[in-house]
Amino acid sequence: MEQDVFMLGGQEFSSRFILGSGKYNVELIQAAVKQAGAEIITLAVRRANSAGEGNILDYIPQEVTLLPNTSGARNAQEAVRIARLSRELGCGNFVKVEIMRDSKYLLPDNAETVSATEILAKEGFVVLPYMYPDLNTARDLVNAGAAAVMPLAAPIGSNKGLATREFIQILIDEIDLPIIVDAGIGRPSQACEVMEMGAAAVMANTAIATAGNIPQMALAFKKAIEAGRAAYLSGLGRVREKGGEASSPLTGFLRD
Amino acid sequence: MKINGVQKQCPGNLTVSEMLQQEGYASEGVAVELNMEIVPKAAYDTTVLKEEDVIEVVRFMGGG
Repeated sequence: MEQDVFMLGGQEFSSRFILGSGKYNVELIQAAVKQAGAEIITLAVRRANSAGEGNILDYIPQEVTLLPNTSGARNAQEAVRIARLSRELGCGNFVKVEIMRDSKYLLPDNAETVSATEILAKEGFVVLPYMYPDLNTARDLVNAGAAAVMPLAAPIGSNKGLATREFIQILIDEIDLPIIVDAGIGRPSQACEVMEMGAAAVMANTAIATAGNIPQMALAFKKAIEAGRAAYLSGLGRVREKGGEASSPLTGFLRD
Repeated sequence: MKINGVQKQCPGNLTVSEMLQQEGYASEGVAVELNMEIVPKAAYDTTVLKEEDVIEVVRFMGGG
């Protein structure tokens, strides 16, 4: 079988699990990256403390691609500013554009996200925009030069699962870029389901960070994502709307 | 000058390199923005700060 990879910014990835690094400590991040087999990990850009704190990068293997986010940005201009700073930090040109005006549900601002994507793609960034799953916005993001589209499953950090299932399916069917489902996925089974639907990858943070055993949950997600991907590639068996169909041959010897 | 939101005294002829050292920031793993413009690492030794400057020093942290 040909190796199953997907492309982002001209780079090949075989792991379809993008791991977030928020809300847990560096030792656990290190263990989770390993168990997840993750090749991409998200980070945030924040003001440095002057009290010589440890560097998170020391806990992430060199070969893992860093995906800084623009969290905290409330408009395109702020997202562009954060993205430029993240590139200056010297760990590549990937960026997850994340723009929120709303602080209760943390829903992304799709229009500002399209603007920021356009600016950053022109500046040579590999732009992965986080968005509310809307087909028109996704098409605008394609035209703006996005490398992938990251629709939300449910509000960030909610662990509520695939609340936007139908709309994510539309994006998977209609958009010719990797669809990476981000935010709200709370359980491995939900990650598996979205991969069965044909998503290119899953991003998860809170589901892992709030689990009882973080590295073990990272492993559970890895397996679920691989299972869902294999199921998608296999082609799911058909659903029979009414009645059953025997799985065993009926030609029998009991009644002739 | 203002560094990461905190008002500080700006002695004369303070370069970005000296400011980072004086304030206890690591020079590795940080990026510096001066009045909304990024200061390239190569310019840390030659960029002199002024009283009215607004400086941001940022780094990577855990995040989703």
